[in-house]
Amino acid sequence: MTMTAAQTAITILIVIAGTVFTRFISYIAFPEGRPIPSYILYLGKVLGAAVFGLLVIYCFRNVDVLTPFSQGGTHGIPELIALLVTGAVYCSKRQMMLAMAFGTAVYMFLLQVVF
Amino acid sequence: MKELKAAFPRTIPVLAGYVFLGITYGILMETNGFPLWLPILTACVVYTGSMEFLLVGILLSPFNPWATLATTLMVGARHIFYGLAMLNRYRGTGKAKYYLIFSTSDETFALNCDADIPPELDKTKYYVAVSVLDQSYWVAGTAIGALCGQLISFNTEGLDFVMTAMFVCIFLNQWLKDNDILKANGKRSTYQDRIRIHAPEIIGAGSSLLCLLLFGPERFIVPSMFLILLVLTLCRKQLEPEKDPNEQGGIVQ
Repeated sequence: MTMTAAQTAITILIVIAGTVFTRFISYIAFPEGRPIPSYILYLGKVLGAAVFGLLVIYCFRNVDVLTPFSQGGTHGIPELIALLVTGAVYCSKRQMMLAMAFGTAVYMFLLQVVF
Repeated sequence: MKELKAAFPRTIPVLAGYVFLGITYGILMETNGFPLWLPILTACVVYTGSMEFLLVGILLSPFNPWATLATTLMVGARHIFYGLAMLNRYRGTGKAKYYLIFSTSDETFALNCDADIPPELDKTKYYVAVSVLDQSYWVAGTAIGALCGQLISFNTEGLDFVMTAMFVCIFLNQWLKDNDILKANGKRSTYQDRIRIHAPEIIGAGSSLLCLLLFGPERFIVPSMFLILLVLTLCRKQLEPEKDPNEQGGIVQ
């Protein structure tokens, strides 16, 4: 370790403070008891769905589609197949657990056995 | 507690994902020579997975408080959106609100934002149940990883996909729910209606994908947020649902 104990403690406190700030700031800006401006209400309604889109992309951010097979790349094929399986099971059965179990099992199989 | 009973099945994917990721985090901290209590403490008080993994690297490099703060704010910026999206839902939750806000991880946000709470259940207790369960999974996983990470030998490669699958399902659930709204309207939906109802999902995924391609995986989140905000603001006239007569201003319940 390159940091002293005090520096480690300060670093962790900064991370806590920064995280708490980003989590609380919206609620501090629009406290209870005061009406929420209509623009913010609108954002609140549409942001949820939009952020789900962001989170899905976020999960796939490290997928490498360019590295050729010869250098150990998979062109994102396992991710794509697992994504399609998850989506197909969910859309046909509407059961989250089943879809996730299937998708994850397929993905693990593809990574460990096929690729 | 019937709220706990209703919440638990919804959190099972998080149980799988958090215990696995928590173990990884615990092992990572332990193998880098940090004391056992450090990952467990940070799992409790920092409680944001992405930042905790970065914290391992930060603690191993020279002391740099400003860079640490900048990284934390950038990685955590998406929480501002979670706050805006949950403002209304978390109103009137009393003292529990502080904990609910503190424990808004990606997964807890997704579950609580997507929740259809049956009317006979207390919504505050339901939100707290989801939040407490999720955090306990994370802390438990971290503790397992820190204490006995070396004993785990079965091949877990790819298990982390469970979290991706959960977000995919939640995204699809939103999509299917919007389809139901369209169907409930009765009249035949036009092509424009269908685009309009799914616009938030398309804007969110499209903007993020564009920014991922432009800025790369390490720094696309903040630009994505700005782009999403910009497009949603520009499209407000088209997207805002017609005034619901039952809904009045921002005071709820």
